[in-house]
Amino acid sequence: MIDSSINSLSVSDGRVLDIIACGAIASSVREIAKRRGWSVEIHALSALLHDRPEKIANEVEGIASRLISEGKWVAVAYADCGTYGEIDRVCSDLGIGRLSGLHCYDVFAGKTMIEKIFDSEPGTYLLTDFLVRSFNKTVVKELGLDRFPELVWDYFGQYKRVLWLKQGSDPSLDAKAEEVAELLGLPLEVFETTDSGLEYELEKLYCNNYADGGTVKDTEMSLTAGSTW
Amino acid sequence: MTQDELLKELYDATLVGNQPRVIELTNEGLNTGVTPETLLFDALIPSLEEVGARFERGDFFVPEMLIAGKAMSKALEILRPLLAETGVETIGKFLIGTVKGDVHDIGKNLVDIMLEGAGFEVIDLGVQVPPEKFVEAIREHEPDVVGFSAFLTTTMPMFKVNINALEKAGLREKVIVMVGGAPVTQEYADSIGADGYAADASGAVKRAKELIHQRALARR
Ligand code: B12
Repeated sequence: MIDSSINSLSVSDGRVLDIIACGAIASSVREIAKRRGWSVEIHALSALLHDRPEKIANEVEGIASRLISEGKWVAVAYADCGTYGEIDRVCSDLGIGRLSGLHCYDVFAGKTMIEKIFDSEPGTYLLTDFLVRSFNKTVVKELGLDRFPELVWDYFGQYKRVLWLKQGSDPSLDAKAEEVAELLGLPLEVFETTDSGLEYELEKLYCNNYADGGTVKDTEMSLTAGSTW
Repeated sequence: MTQDELLKELYDATLVGNQPRVIELTNEGLNTGVTPETLLFDALIPSLEEVGARFERGDFFVPEMLIAGKAMSKALEILRPLLAETGVETIGKFLIGTVKGDVHDIGKNLVDIMLEGAGFEVIDLGVQVPPEKFVEAIREHEPDVVGFSAFLTTTMPMFKVNINALEKAGLREKVIVMVGGAPVTQEYADSIGADGYAADASGAVKRAKELIHQRALARR
């Protein structure tokens, strides 16, 4: 289920790290790699797999096994993402790394911040830039709200707010996020995260693959998780 | 329309979640002498079971489950008082809720519908139910089974917190504890000391019946 809308990217002439990425963050991964001058090839899987998380580990395993058999260096730009440990099984079987955390919200805002957000209001529905941009496709259509608009209450009736973890500064998304909140009948709050959480996680993966002797300690990296929050 | 035709149509209408047609056919069935039990056990429940099977196979997704469940629940509203009149004893009392911190409730609501359809009295405490509210409700309603539902990795540990709260309140031996929700497995249920687990709504009904039966035998 490769998402062909997201092109792969190969930078510089160094050894390439093949990154199997969730479609929801693949373009951010590409942007960060470009910014940092990393040599990566991105294999984006459809973000819609999140609604069928039991399929994610198998998809990742298939691609990773093939790439490894071709002698490639591989990393996984997925968090646990509702696989409930299955993706860890694949990563440990194949000896590859993934982004830490339960989902991309942890990656963007930090685990502690997400815990705080849900502690302060459990009825929080989170958005990322990707979700705002693709809300019609990934949520409205997938959850059947286009065919059965009345289901909005069944899905979101218990929620109290929409909280947008805003990574970028695309002004066109502001109005879209408002529209999403309006559609759900909830107030919108915005929390600026930037993409440095993802950058930090990717740096760990990248360095782990390239550093002599494998593991690189967090302190050796230029970024500090939590630096922007 | 013959009885068989009506049951077949009711089955099909439930399957696609055609709520107005389900209500119409339920009323029509009753008016033409079809018993509430027949409508329930020969059309509505098998249809919702098929919805569950299609979801498992990936032919249906959440919205299809939801609209079918809502249609069946409308039919149950009509049938409930009639089933009560027939004097059929309830199989047992089932108290259920989504644990504290979690707002997912679609799966839980489907479990409710299937339990009710199978003859359970269901008390649903809703979402984000804290341990003390479960304890209070168990004291008040004295259910045979309490069911905890959770969908997030971060809220699953509430199962154990709830069980501890029941122990502390001296209620653990008085009630069967069942757990469920997308991330839950039999292994996990065993590890936290729950009595039962089921992967879907039909399984929840089956397992609850078994556990109640076992408890009755053990008490003899
Ligand atoms: C629909 C859905 C939603 C809806 C929920 C609507 C609602 N009112 O419930 C919406 C869109 C609102 C939503 C929100 C969120 N969601 Co959500 N959601 C899902 C999704 C796609 C389907 C869940 C579902 O309803 N399945 C259909 C039902 C019928 O199946 P079921 O839940 O398994 O229930 C059956 C059994 O489990 C069993 N059962 C259920 N309860 C019980 C109880 C007992 C006692 C027993 C015996 C059996 C039993 O019987 C049921 C019927 O057959 C899942 C992914 C997936 N496919 O699982 C993600 C998923 C559960 N969500 C997830 C997340 C992260 C979230 C959000 C944090 C996302 C966000 N953007 O904010 C929020 C949650 C916020 C909060 N405060 O809780 C993650 C959880 C990951 C994790 N590691 O914890 C998942 C796995 C998606 C993913 N791949 O990342 N979500």
